[in-house]
This record gives sequence, structure tokens and C-alpha cells, in this order.
Amino acid sequence: MSFDWIINIISNNWPMFLRGAGMTLYISIIGTIVGTIIGLLVGVIRTIPMPDVGVKRVVLKIVNIVLSIYIEIFRGTPMIVQAMVIYYGSALALGVDMNRLTAALFIVSVNTGAYMSEIVRGGIVSIDKGQFEAAHAIGMNHVQTMKNVVLPQVIRNILPATGNEFVINIKDTSVLNVISVTELYFQTKSISGNNFRYFESFFVACVLYFIMTFTVTRILRYIERKLDGPENYIMYANQMQVETPEDIMRKTKYNDVKQH
Amino acid sequence: MEKVIDIQHLRKSFGTHEVLKDIDFSVNKGEVVCIIGSSGSGKSTLLRCVNLLEKPSGGQIIYNGENILDDGHNINEYRTKLGMVFQQFNLFNNHNVLNNCVVGQTTVLKRSEEEAKEIAMKYLKIVEMDQYINAKPRQLSGGQKQRVAIARALSMEPDVMLFDEPTSALDPEMVGEVLKVMKDLAGTGLTMLIVTHEMEFAKEVADRVVFMDEGIIAEEGRPEEIFNNPKEQRTKEFLKRTLKRM
Repeated sequence: MSFDWIINIISNNWPMFLRGAGMTLYISIIGTIVGTIIGLLVGVIRTIPMPDVGVKRVVLKIVNIVLSIYIEIFRGTPMIVQAMVIYYGSALALGVDMNRLTAALFIVSVNTGAYMSEIVRGGIVSIDKGQFEAAHAIGMNHVQTMKNVVLPQVIRNILPATGNEFVINIKDTSVLNVISVTELYFQTKSISGNNFRYFESFFVACVLYFIMTFTVTRILRYIERKLDGPENYIMYANQMQVETPEDIMRKTKYNDVKQH
Repeated sequence: MEKVIDIQHLRKSFGTHEVLKDIDFSVNKGEVVCIIGSSGSGKSTLLRCVNLLEKPSGGQIIYNGENILDDGHNINEYRTKLGMVFQQFNLFNNHNVLNNCVVGQTTVLKRSEEEAKEIAMKYLKIVEMDQYINAKPRQLSGGQKQRVAIARALSMEPDVMLFDEPTSALDPEMVGEVLKVMKDLAGTGLTMLIVTHEMEFAKEVADRVVFMDEGIIAEEGRPEEIFNNPKEQRTKEFLKRTLKRM
């Protein structure tokens, strides 16, 4: 009976499942964060306005070409192949025996970075031109404009896409089993290899994957709502500091009722 | 009189379309200059060329005795001396009202946080937006946004304030509050360069009115001369068209 087997497998192998899930989360969190940072840097560099003449123009052109190559190659090849090429290639070509976990983090990061670069660029391009003009009119340079005005808005706008990348990473770290990284898929494969109960073992993995992705999307939705803040500005909220949060809540609700 | 900005032979083309044709124009210290003219006459482009949001195709912009179009001139430093107010407000959406007025001072002018806040509050009081310091731009009405935008520009304590059709994107009932703020500012001896469609306002506030048509300055002079006794035929026609509607 399958259900008994599932209970049996969980009670016998739960530490392995948990360690696998932990590894999967670890790689995908680090990969998403580092990938996002890469994406932000590349996005900012790729949107530097092109000077008309001079050395700067040549340098910027070359940098842009290199970045385009990076993005196209990592978006245009499967991560499972990148994993093989980078892990075994580094050993063969450079004589470096890469730690499997380091290799995994590296692969997921640069892969996510390639996707995030385009997401960030899209985010920057979609910001109203007036925001750039206002910042420039105040005397800010490109970096100051990006740091103080544009990127905070971009980060808010790309949050859904970043969450998407995170979810994809949780699932796609499973391909790293080809270089024997002990993430959830690899662990499940080991477990099922011992008990020959493939359906039951992978069903447990399936549930674990879903719990991870679902929790992540919920958390990100919550952060999004938090960042957006309320629609209306309650003037007395910052004037009368003796007011309790409950009073403010009541007033907000009252305002909402009035509006609808 | 001391010239703050002196523009000589300014030209600007977009592709083959020549928007500004050999403009000679200057703003004196403490003067309020209103630029009027029909849409497409180049008045906004002229204003945007003054703070280099549009790169002029030719000519000179003399500020403090230096041509700021010369190579190697620090454009960002020059821009801090000009306060710009946009038609679409362009408040920084990610900052609240107070930070909108602070962020430029701290990052560009390197003022301390406390000093910047003090200065920002001073100008927010002038535009009567000091009660809204924690509000985000999207929580404000158009008129309120524009008043914050004026305070933001003033917080940089510029030599000249540039206004690019500051009331054109506002609902009619909000135009008054913005014009009142601008009128008060004009009374303080601030140097102002205003592109506007508000003829009554220009008549009342301006020391000098510039009428632009098809990329040239067709006529300029004291407001009473321009509005009551225009010399050029096209000025007469423009005024007849716009004043009839009011």
C-alpha cells in the first residue's frame, strides 16, 4: 500500500529529505540574491547614456558587448549543460578541483544574473523619463540618480519577476544532481535507490518542493504589499503621536468605507 | 543690471527640424521673465536647453562669465544653480515629501542630514506643505505635488528658478494655489524664468515678457507693452487667439 510506504519512507529518511530541502533552499537563496546583485550592476552599466565621442565611448561599447555575450550565452544554454561544462571544464582546463557546492552556487548565480540583467534593464527603461530628468536637473550624476531615485523604484517593480526567478531556482537546482550536489532531487534519488519505491519517494520530494515554492511566493506577496503602503495619507497619524495604532486603524477603515 | 544667464546664438535641432533658431536672450538678477507663445514655438525647448536637459546644437550659455557648453565644464555643478519645476511634477516616487527635498541636498550638495532637513522644512512651510512631510507623492493631489516640487527646487537654493508650464497639467481648481506660491516667490526677489500659458499671471507677475514664435524670439518687453500694445503682427494674432478664450 502506497500510503504506508510514504509514512515509512518519511519516518526512515526524514533527515535526508530535510538536508536535501535545506541545500536546495540554500543554493536558490544565495543564487537569487547574488544573481539579483549581478543583474542590478549589469542593468545599471547597460543603461549608462552613451557619450558622443572619446575614450569613454569606446570603453563603454566594449563593456556592453562583453555583457551582451554573457547574457546571451547563459540565457541561451540549459543550466544542466552549464553545470557540466563549468564543473568538469574547470577541472580539465584550469586544473581547479572545484568544490561541488561552490560550483553549484556559482552556476546558479551567474545563470540567474543573466536573466536578472534583462529584467533590471527592462525595469530601468520602464521608469518614467521624468524621474531621470528631475534627478539630473537637481545635479545628480548617473550613479547618484540610479542609487537614490531609479533603483529603489526598479527593485519594487521587479520584485514579482525576482520572486519568479527564486521559484524557478528552487525547482531548477534539481539539475545540479548531475554534478552530485546533495540537494533535494539528489537525496530523493539516493533514497529511492535504496528502497526501490520511486513513486512514494518522489511524491514526498514533490510535496517538499511545493511547500518551498508556495511559501516563497506568499512571503514575497506580503513584502510587496508592505512596500506599497496605504493608498491614502492620514495627516493626523504623524501629528498626534499619542494616538494608538488602533485609533489610526479605525480612522483608515472609516476613510475606506467613505470612499467606496 | 547683472546678467545671471546670458544665452548667445543658441540653436537646437531635432534631426533636420530646427526648433530654436539663433536665440539671444538673458536673465538679469532678481528678474521675473515669462516666456509665452503657442505650442511648438520652442519655449519649453529653450528652457530645457538652459539647464541642458536638451543639449543645444550650437551657441553659448554664459553663466558666471563662463560658457558652460565648453568641454570639460561640470554640468552637474551648474545644474545645482538652477531649480527646475516640471509640468508633470516629477517628484521622486520612492521618497516621501520631506525626502524629496532632502535627497538632492545630501547627495549633490553634501549637506548634513540635519541641515538639509531644516532647509527643506523652511521651504515646505513657504509652499504650505509642511503638514504632509511623510506623505508619498501618489497620495497627493496635483497642486500639492507641484508645490512640493517647487520646495524641492528651492531647497537647493539655486540662483535661478525655471518653471516649465507648471500649471498645465493641473485641474483648474488647483491652478490657483500653485500660481499663488509663485506670485509670493516673485515678490521675494527670486530670479525666475517661467514658461506659461497663464496670460493673466504673466501680466501681473512678470518684469519682462518674451514672446516666441517658430523658434525665434519675436518680441520682448514689459508686460504692459506686450499685452496692451504689441508691435509685431504675430504677437497680436497670438494674443487675440489666447485672450479671446479667457
